[in-house]
Amino acid sequence: MASISQTEFSNVPDQFGRFGDFGGRFVPETLTHALNQLETEYNKSKDDPEFVAELNSLWADFVGRPSPLYFAKRLTEKVGGAQIWMKREDTNHTGAHKINNTLGQALLTLRMGKTRVICETGAGQHGVATATACARFGLPCVVYMGEEDVRRQAPNVRSIKLLGAEIRPVTSGSRTLRDAINEAMRDWMSSVNDTHYIIGSVVGPHPFPMIVRDFQSIIGQETITQSRAKFGRLPDTVIACVGGGSNAAGMFYPFVDFPEVELVGIEAGGLGSKPGQHASPLSFGQPGVLHGSFSYVMQDNDGQTCDVHSASAGLDYPGVGPEHSYWKDTGRVRYTDCQDGDALAGFYELARTEGILPALESSHAISAAMKIAAEKSPDEIVVVCLSGRGDKDAAEIERLQNEMAND
Amino acid sequence: MSKIDELFAQLKSQNKKALMPFITAGDPDLESTAKLITAFDELGCHICEVGIPYSDPIADGPIIQASYTRALNQGITVDAILQTLESCAPRVSLPMVTMVSYAIIYRIGLQEYVRDVVQKGVSGIIVPDLPVEEAASLAKICRQHDLSLIQLVTPTTTRERAKRILETSTGFVYYVSVTGITGERTALPTDIVENVTWLRENGDLPVCIGFGISEPEHVKRLSPVSDGLIVGSAIVRRVTGCEDKSQLIPEVTKFVKTLLDAME
Ligand SMILES: Cc1ncc(COP(=O)(O)O)c(C=O)c1O
Repeated sequence: MASISQTEFSNVPDQFGRFGDFGGRFVPETLTHALNQLETEYNKSKDDPEFVAELNSLWADFVGRPSPLYFAKRLTEKVGGAQIWMKREDTNHTGAHKINNTLGQALLTLRMGKTRVICETGAGQHGVATATACARFGLPCVVYMGEEDVRRQAPNVRSIKLLGAEIRPVTSGSRTLRDAINEAMRDWMSSVNDTHYIIGSVVGPHPFPMIVRDFQSIIGQETITQSRAKFGRLPDTVIACVGGGSNAAGMFYPFVDFPEVELVGIEAGGLGSKPGQHASPLSFGQPGVLHGSFSYVMQDNDGQTCDVHSASAGLDYPGVGPEHSYWKDTGRVRYTDCQDGDALAGFYELARTEGILPALESSHAISAAMKIAAEKSPDEIVVVCLSGRGDKDAAEIERLQNEMAND
Repeated sequence: MSKIDELFAQLKSQNKKALMPFITAGDPDLESTAKLITAFDELGCHICEVGIPYSDPIADGPIIQASYTRALNQGITVDAILQTLESCAPRVSLPMVTMVSYAIIYRIGLQEYVRDVVQKGVSGIIVPDLPVEEAASLAKICRQHDLSLIQLVTPTTTRERAKRILETSTGFVYYVSVTGITGERTALPTDIVENVTWLRENGDLPVCIGFGISEPEHVKRLSPVSDGLIVGSAIVRRVTGCEDKSQLIPEVTKFVKTLLDAME
């Protein structure tokens, strides 16, 4: 592989929103103006001390940051390999990493003078986090959510409504995250003059993948500080689950220029490696265009997006953020997948040995972390991003468990 | 000079405007698509716009979305669509244009897609999700094959960008009448005339208006201020709504005739 100098990894995207070949902006002309406006506002705000102070204060007092870096002692003993530490994004207000991004984008919404917010959600965590930020700032909010996800993430649907946002169930296509993004984009096509679209992952047209990554990078930055304080060095391996890829990008990005740190992204392996059984574009897909960005994607030979599957609504997506495609092709991050059954096992393991209910999404990373840690020695350190809490999944996990028992 | 350039030069000399019906390829089936294209030609329509169904069309409203889904559910492929267009080409004089997502073009290959459609007798392409910044490679290949790459200007496009689009678009410029997705509308925005007039004054290309145009009344009002009109959802809805296939061509042509009459 061509050697890439260290600083180059963090020096992306370029002015066209390209991470190497990936990224860019493949959207209808109607949206271009709003994307330019967002880019300009973000570039201005990110170096504005007032903006930075306001966001930091919200992160501290409203979200409860920094989130802990926790040593999973009993899990480590049980696995019998490397030490397993958890970056506890599940302890954030609203229960996942998504709030880091929605507060930042809500501030940008106000700065742009826009008066309405829309978003998509899969697991419902981004919907809750957007509804929360909008309630906090008095912005009306519409959440697009696939009908299948409305069913399997019902607790979050309730919270979104209680927070005063409107849920619009999406009945087209596979009725999951991909269709919710389509519907949010269509709303934005008509409402773009007064509405901001708070996208929930590092996907979509430039500048979204950059902005969401930057807001989520607080995860990795804190992890670096906490690692130095707790064990006097950086971890050997850092692991995160990858749906669109925002918790992983936020965790990995601050580490990319430390080549000694191994980075591993875990996609949803679903039920197997055949087309339609999984949601792992980095493992099984090809570069192509979806939702405004050039990145790995699950498509057929005509460029039609394929149906994908994951038990976890937040990972059930045929595309992935363009920066992950860049990291994959440069070899900076290794990507692998974890199947539904293994994720469920990871869920139970963490619940019973550590007293933490992880989100089904995060359970993929936990299961993979246990396997990776098992191969390592006790003086090595593995950090896994515990991206969210699992209360939302309790009923669905019970149902899945019964389904498996009956098979 | 492409077939589309010739058409507009001729229309200009006759002080006439172009009517461009849009249909979804494969809705309800490819045989009907071929019949519709032929019927539009016989009626005297000037260009036929053929939508290549795409799984995730974010610029399209419910009517065209549903027609795409219906066509895709039958397992329609780009290959089969292009074969149908190839069979039409020798029989019709009106230029055919494909409306196609960049996701499809990229996957098939830019060179391959352009070469294929030109071979099958297509005169232009509209790529609704390819803004001017990303269009350079495709534009170059289209130029080499004399395939028009029709680009879009919208109400949200700044004048500075519009100038750039006027410089790089070929065939004509597609002015999107509304800030929104495709679909029928009764009222159209009032800034259309101003924006279209500006585009016609600031470039050499014909400017045609699409999105929302659905009644003879719209045609009457907008054809004098533009070089042509594109009618999509209003036609697709009639294709979709036609339950008796033997009535499809008569019903659709009856409607399109009212649009043509409104242009006189
Ligand atoms: C807890 C949790 N983790 C992970 C994800 C996946 O998203 P991303 O890959 O953007 O972090 C989600 C998405 O809904 C989520 O709720």
